[in-house]
Amino acid sequence: MASVDSLIQRNAASLGMLANADHFHEPLAIDAEDTDALLAGLQRMILIRVVEEKIGDMVSQGVVKCPCHLAIGQEAPAVGVASYVRQGDRVFGAHRSHSHFLALGGSPHGLLAEVQGKDTGVSRGMGGSMHLIDLPNGLYGTVPIVGATIPIAVGAGLAAKMDGNGAMAVSFFGDGATEEGVFHESMNLAALMKIPVLFVCENNFFSSHLHIALRQPDASACRYAEAHRIEWARADGNDLAAVRSVTREAVAAIRAGEGPRFLELVTYRWRGHVGHREDEDVGVKRKDDLAAWKLRDPISRLAVSLEEINALNRQQLKQFWTEAHVVVEEAWSTATHDGYPPAKSLLSRVYSGTMANKH
Amino acid sequence: MNKAAVTTGYGAAIRDGFEHLLANHSEVFAIGQGLWSPWYVGNSMTDLDSQFGRERVIDTPVSELGCTGAALGAALCGYRPIVIHPRVDFMLLAVDQIVTQAAKWRSMFGGQVSAPITVRAIINRGGEQGAQHSQSLQSWFAHIPGLRVVMPSTPTDARDLLIASVLSDDPVLYLDDRWLYGLEEELPPIQERNLAKEGPRLTRTGADLTLVGCSYSAHLCREAAARLSANGIECDVIDLRVLNPLDATLIISSVKKTGRLLAVDGDWRSCGMAAEVIASIAEALDPRVMRAAPRRVTLPDAPAPTSNPLERSYYPTVDYIVQRALALVGAQQETFE
Repeated sequence: MASVDSLIQRNAASLGMLANADHFHEPLAIDAEDTDALLAGLQRMILIRVVEEKIGDMVSQGVVKCPCHLAIGQEAPAVGVASYVRQGDRVFGAHRSHSHFLALGGSPHGLLAEVQGKDTGVSRGMGGSMHLIDLPNGLYGTVPIVGATIPIAVGAGLAAKMDGNGAMAVSFFGDGATEEGVFHESMNLAALMKIPVLFVCENNFFSSHLHIALRQPDASACRYAEAHRIEWARADGNDLAAVRSVTREAVAAIRAGEGPRFLELVTYRWRGHVGHREDEDVGVKRKDDLAAWKLRDPISRLAVSLEEINALNRQQLKQFWTEAHVVVEEAWSTATHDGYPPAKSLLSRVYSGTMANKH
Repeated sequence: MNKAAVTTGYGAAIRDGFEHLLANHSEVFAIGQGLWSPWYVGNSMTDLDSQFGRERVIDTPVSELGCTGAALGAALCGYRPIVIHPRVDFMLLAVDQIVTQAAKWRSMFGGQVSAPITVRAIINRGGEQGAQHSQSLQSWFAHIPGLRVVMPSTPTDARDLLIASVLSDDPVLYLDDRWLYGLEEELPPIQERNLAKEGPRLTRTGADLTLVGCSYSAHLCREAAARLSANGIECDVIDLRVLNPLDATLIISSVKKTGRLLAVDGDWRSCGMAAEVIASIAEALDPRVMRAAPRRVTLPDAPAPTSNPLERSYYPTVDYIVQRALALVGAQQETFE
């Protein structure tokens, strides 16, 4: 057992072994999953990792200045859920959503330009890291006000229900958001109106600097779904195959008109709340935990599992990383040379059709 | 055939607006507390649920924030929802979604998306309802870039500006006032107006004084102007109608003519709409055109009382506006000589 104290142990009892960083280091059970899909998922997770490491480096060098919340270590929930998002679905994220953006197929250049405030960014340089949008890929918006997109996703689900075309909404949020009142309002409304929305709680144990044991009497987010009569599933959020499995089942139920579903994906962020550092010394000391959690790396565990069934060899894996680095370096370089938003965009984007008053 | 004019009240005119929207625009729906009950929204939405179905006129749990967020979500997906808060005070629970989400959505995503949500909240005060059932707070919301703020003062505007608000691609806060529900007038045929082209309107002309108000205060200004006219004082009366973004052109040209301004607002004084109106002319006009210092009539800076005598002195009245206007017109020599 790593140095988690007894408070944390008690608090996380309902998560079982998933909360114990010393477990789930072994290869994944991937027999039930399509190998090509897992390979594609592996490549996508590698791309996310490389993009985020690049952003982290640029933050550390002071080149990227907007607040960046990195999802390094928790790539699997984004990639696993995204693989069941189809045309017409509406996905919403939060402050830590580079992973969601990239998992849905977002352009690395669009993201890397956005974090530099460039006009070619996905939000035209007006949003930065915390405000990402990519309508062609189904990402309807990410915002950093905790819990704020949860009701918005419910409304997008309501719109899908009114459209009657089998589309759904997806709401990504963290364990911190379950402490917001609007989370409960949204779950109640979705359950009451049988709205097609998938709630995805990435439980990484931390809200900013504070461990969940210091914020809630129980680390499980599923208990809220139960209170709202929403069927739920919990999975190892660092296991792409497990994430895919619970997502597949939940999405099938949603598309069959059964109303909302709730997923709790237990994971861990390697970096601090914001910025490039690992924040080992804030709140609950997490140095030993972090080291153990790095052994539950969603990327290397999946890679080893694929190697074991001869679906992947070392050479291919190396190539995945190399390709990702090439893509990211090119995208970064291009974005660096892109222009900033024109001065008039300050007032021209406030209202539709009219300029805002300039005083 | 009865040739007498058919008049419609302010509340019924709002209902006409809803009916027009729901009948002609399939992407419109209404969501909020009390929509299946006459108790919450007066006669402004009577039987819309049976006429258009409870899938389009949705009564909700007690979740102002969640329901406003849900309306915004639907607005991002091709709908034009109207979320109804039967009292402004309760709408404050939804401020994050109105101010920090809807109002900023367009700008912070680079102008690529619109959030055509209309938030309709009702000002419902008086009757000893006290501090937490009486607020209007228009100046708070008029402070927010990206949020259009609409306050109709006549039945025709109540109907047509509701329609314009809902058809606007921007988020709109539409505030109606239960104290105006008794107003009646003959309604012209419905016109679908472009809200971006709507703004303050001159509703009476006179050379001596400019009276500016919105919503119920605009009504008070009109009444006061009629009384002042009997005293030989002629007023320009400006009904603000759209408080944000505020187009001050009309106010400036009027005050340039009259040299006197009395700004009336049914909200608090500090950082209020009346202050904004005065600031707009103070910045734009040479002080030498002013024949008297501008003045404002507002609520006192105190929470609404319950006790009847306190309540009677709390809200601006026609009498009080007339009194202030007379003082202002008479005070010119002392003030600026």
